[in-house]
Amino acid sequence: MKFTEDHEWLRVEDDLVVVGITEHASTQLGDVVFVELPEVGTRVAAGDEIVVIESVKAASDIVAPVDGEIVEVNEAIVDEPGKVNEDPLGEAWFFKLKVEDMDEIDKFMDEDAYNDFVG
Amino acid sequence: MTELKRLVLHELHEELGARMVPFAGYEMPVQYLAGVMAEHTHTRERAGLFDVSHMGQVILRADSYQTVALALEALIPVDIAGLAEGRQRYGFFTDAQGGILDDLMLANRGDHVFMVVNAACKAADIAYMRAALEPQGIGVEEITDRALLALQGPMAGAVLAAHAPAVADMRFMDVAVLDIGGAECWLSRSGYTGEDGFEISVPNAAAGDFARALLADDRVLPIGLGARDSLRLEAGLCLYGHDIDTGTTPVEAGLTWAIQKARRPGGAREGGYPGAGRIARHLADGPPRRRVGLRPEGRAPMREGVTLFATEAGGEQIGTITSGGFGPTVGAPVAMGYVPAQFAAPGTRLWGELRGRRQPVTVAELPFTPANFKR
Repeated sequence: MKFTEDHEWLRVEDDLVVVGITEHASTQLGDVVFVELPEVGTRVAAGDEIVVIESVKAASDIVAPVDGEIVEVNEAIVDEPGKVNEDPLGEAWFFKLKVEDMDEIDKFMDEDAYNDFVG
Repeated sequence: MTELKRLVLHELHEELGARMVPFAGYEMPVQYLAGVMAEHTHTRERAGLFDVSHMGQVILRADSYQTVALALEALIPVDIAGLAEGRQRYGFFTDAQGGILDDLMLANRGDHVFMVVNAACKAADIAYMRAALEPQGIGVEEITDRALLALQGPMAGAVLAAHAPAVADMRFMDVAVLDIGGAECWLSRSGYTGEDGFEISVPNAAAGDFARALLADDRVLPIGLGARDSLRLEAGLCLYGHDIDTGTTPVEAGLTWAIQKARRPGGAREGGYPGAGRIARHLADGPPRRRVGLRPEGRAPMREGVTLFATEAGGEQIGTITSGGFGPTVGAPVAMGYVPAQFAAPGTRLWGELRGRRQPVTVAELPFTPANFKR
């Protein structure tokens, strides 16, 4: 699993990348009450704000970590946003991205580096 | 930037795992380990302990309660002279335009007035009262050696009665001075959550032991500012600086109930406070705009600053949301805001602009959750 400075995790599944938010991010956000996901088929560029996530405290965005195409989204977290707090690294993934250049994923942090990053 | 002030119970908050944030010049607990949602629900169902020691506590004293009351009525459009001993009232300072300088609670404590004001406004309030009242021989004393705790929720009465049995006899908006564990505590049966509960002014030296004794009761959890905000929002209560300020009159804000008959046109002590003319016009003709409850459709919260429109197509903006978020007890987003009077009827469908899209929002009755006071 890889981690971004935007507190996302990336897990490679064959030619897809599954994206979610880290435990740290979910704790910082607090109770998540609303998630809006992009439409399947959307082509995204790294840095695009493609998910809206609202907690009891504030609204924030999740950005596309790399260029690609959204091929699947997790409707379960739209129906039950609380899952993002309960199981951010597992059940509460956000979207799957078909990535053009898988090598892009290697540039992100591994778990140790991410843990150092959040201190 | 000035140094943040620390609460007397700062160490206790850290011990309890609070996340501290700057608020009104203080380092305040915004949430504890349970998190905002659980803290909110716990307060609605059991009892929550809030540290609101940042708020201003003031004693106003002269030769009699009546002297203070009549002088204060020149600043506050509330029937203070007619307030019975041992009772408390909600009120506000108005400015010359009828706007609200701050909202407050004041109590008749026999020979003096005890007042609680907002933290962000307390320095200005006290300076204002000193300038207006001291020349009339009224002493304005800021109480700085006391913490202020709020115990709120349906079990608050039972929890507190274990430490002070006399609280069982208090009704909503009663005040009392009681000995709790050897400390002289000033209590009111009130709060800002829509639930039954108490605000308790405790000497600083006794505050830690008292708070720990309450928290030792398994019905009580510590509750931070995050849940305090969602609780008061669901209860339809105004947050100063957001839902009310110098740009809103009490009539626009739906606080007409706080201006008793004696202070309204035709009353025994009508007017005589700053902005009375404009407020009287709003009372007679209806205000041009009103604070309303708003229920966004769907799950996306509409927060402070969201602009409101009469139609999905947009056109001219008709209003703004002044408080909004997710209501844990309602189980859906809730908000308050100002709209022109013709759009203020419950059931009116409006549109709020969220991330560039207009989404439906319906005007709703306030409060969103029924008040649960011990009348």
